[in-house]
Amino acid sequence: MTSNNDAFLSVRDLIVEYTSEGRVIHAVNGVSFELERGKTLGLVGETGAGKTSTAKAIMRILPDPPAKIRSGEIVLDGQDLLKIDEKEMRKIRGRKVSMIFQDPMTALNPIMKIGEQISEVIKMHNDITWREANQQAAKMLEKVGIPSDRFNEYPHQFSGGMKQRVVIAIALACSPELLIADEPTTALDVTIQAQVLDMINKLKKDFNTSMIMISHNLGVVAEVCDDIAVIYAGEIIEYGGKEAIFDHPTHPYTLGLFGAVPHLYDDVDRLSPIPGLPPDPTNLPAGCHFSPRCPHGQELCRIEKKGLVEIQPGHFSRCTRFADQGR
Amino acid sequence: MSALVEVKNLKKYFETPGGMLHAVDDVSFSIETGTTMGVVGESGCGKSTLGRVIIHLLDSTAGKIYFEGEDVTAVDSKKLHKLRENMKIIFQDPFSSLNPRMTVEQTIMEPLIVSGRYSKKEMEEETERLMTMVGIDERLRLSYPHELDGGRRQRVGIGRALALNPKFIVCDEPVSALDVSIQAQVLNLLQDLQKQLGLTYMFVTHDLSVVRHISNDICVMYLGQLVETSPSKELFKHPLHPYTKALISAVPTTDIHHRKERIILEGEIVSPINPKPGCRFAARCGYVSEKCHEPQQLEEVLPKHFVSCCRARELNRL
Repeated sequence: MTSNNDAFLSVRDLIVEYTSEGRVIHAVNGVSFELERGKTLGLVGETGAGKTSTAKAIMRILPDPPAKIRSGEIVLDGQDLLKIDEKEMRKIRGRKVSMIFQDPMTALNPIMKIGEQISEVIKMHNDITWREANQQAAKMLEKVGIPSDRFNEYPHQFSGGMKQRVVIAIALACSPELLIADEPTTALDVTIQAQVLDMINKLKKDFNTSMIMISHNLGVVAEVCDDIAVIYAGEIIEYGGKEAIFDHPTHPYTLGLFGAVPHLYDDVDRLSPIPGLPPDPTNLPAGCHFSPRCPHGQELCRIEKKGLVEIQPGHFSRCTRFADQGR
Repeated sequence: MSALVEVKNLKKYFETPGGMLHAVDDVSFSIETGTTMGVVGESGCGKSTLGRVIIHLLDSTAGKIYFEGEDVTAVDSKKLHKLRENMKIIFQDPFSSLNPRMTVEQTIMEPLIVSGRYSKKEMEEETERLMTMVGIDERLRLSYPHELDGGRRQRVGIGRALALNPKFIVCDEPVSALDVSIQAQVLNLLQDLQKQLGLTYMFVTHDLSVVRHISNDICVMYLGQLVETSPSKELFKHPLHPYTKALISAVPTTDIHHRKERIILEGEIVSPINPKPGCRFAARCGYVSEKCHEPQQLEEVLPKHFVSCCRARELNRL
């Protein structure tokens, strides 16, 4: 991908591996992308595609062992996060970059008042008194739509949607410049999901936050993202603006994803599932990793591995077979 | 066509320290033989409880359940045994619904053993037939659940449900735990089996796109009550209940060029313990009036399209 000097975050050739029982799991295999200030990038893919590992690498919260960042660069605002020590990283984490975790039921401390869980972050990153931190935390609660008189309640007193709001309040407490949201609405009901997405969109605008939105739900990604990266077997296989990906998907895996989900307004009698299963990350197939499941796979695809090709300005794909699709 | 399953004024209350929890409250509908009834709603609306009460995994508090025209609300254990052969369930989570210490073969064969009607050889043949039918490879016969991926585990759950040739299957969020590409495989399998075996499904889910795709008719539930029921396409074309409208509008779509008007509901579901009479959605509804706090009736407002909202005609100009 072309290098962009304005990029606020630039991830280059990131490789993450896990070691388990002597076997190496290739979770992230050379992921590169860039993100400008105030923009939102969607990372879309299925379980085990490497979405969360990429996010955790940026936060530097991958458990080592078993995880290891083999190589790559994560440059945030001119600073390579992989080159600084943990002490410095602690100052960045929560302040400059923060993360919303998937499951609000487990992301909160069950024996700590929710207000304190927010003020803890604020106190840590600012030279202020606990009293001031608590005041700011109470304001943050109101911002995510929770009355501040619930400051002293515990997580079990909240519903799933309300807990996720608390998690979001913690993530946004120090107005981070980059927010990583890992499936922030997957555990929620649709009407609550709509509330939370609406709120994330508003807060993003208010704080001019850059965001990485991880989701397996194409609809959610369509609602909040500017750019989209489709990830399969630890690699970005297609990347581009939202319009490019939704109007002119070209990679057979992206096309497969669209065919596999039922739509709310289109009628199909039968879905077209992607045959087979995602590959074993300890033993990735040679050539294009998708080739064994690809309905258009040819001999050459199983041998030769292709990089991302710019098929239209700003639209990249690892497969050029359908590059002219629908144009 | 005739109704295979019919419920009338079905209620299921649970006693809790805080009072009576109205999980299913006065629900009536029928499912035609060979069709799929989708039951949709958010967590805690009683959709799973409803499925469990119908197949007698839970006792009903009041109301009637009919199976093939026969009243099966209260049956003795002998009759229940027979009834259970005809009514099965597929659970949401294929990771916790299979016994981790039983092989694929044992899991599928168990209902056959319990029935006591088959010889060992017949059971083996039947198990093999079921495995082929749900698309599990013969070589996985002796595998344990932890060795299988989610899609295959769900196939095992379906195979077990199909043993003894049931007529009616409650599918309780059968694809919610699966990735999209696998989800499509399982949905297609369920549709194929329905065609092949003439099965009747009650498909419980919170996913509106899935329910629209698989169902002939749909029931929308809110806090234990049936708020709207109609043929599937009709429901999505003309949702009449304010809750159904909000629910459909809340689904994020991949259509990036036509941003639809989204109805954002205020607040969250209220407690189903000792609910007040009247419409339970009233607390979050944008069209609430005096009359909404009186008990609501399910009314046929359009052909085959029933809605439980006193303002439905007025709001939809019908």
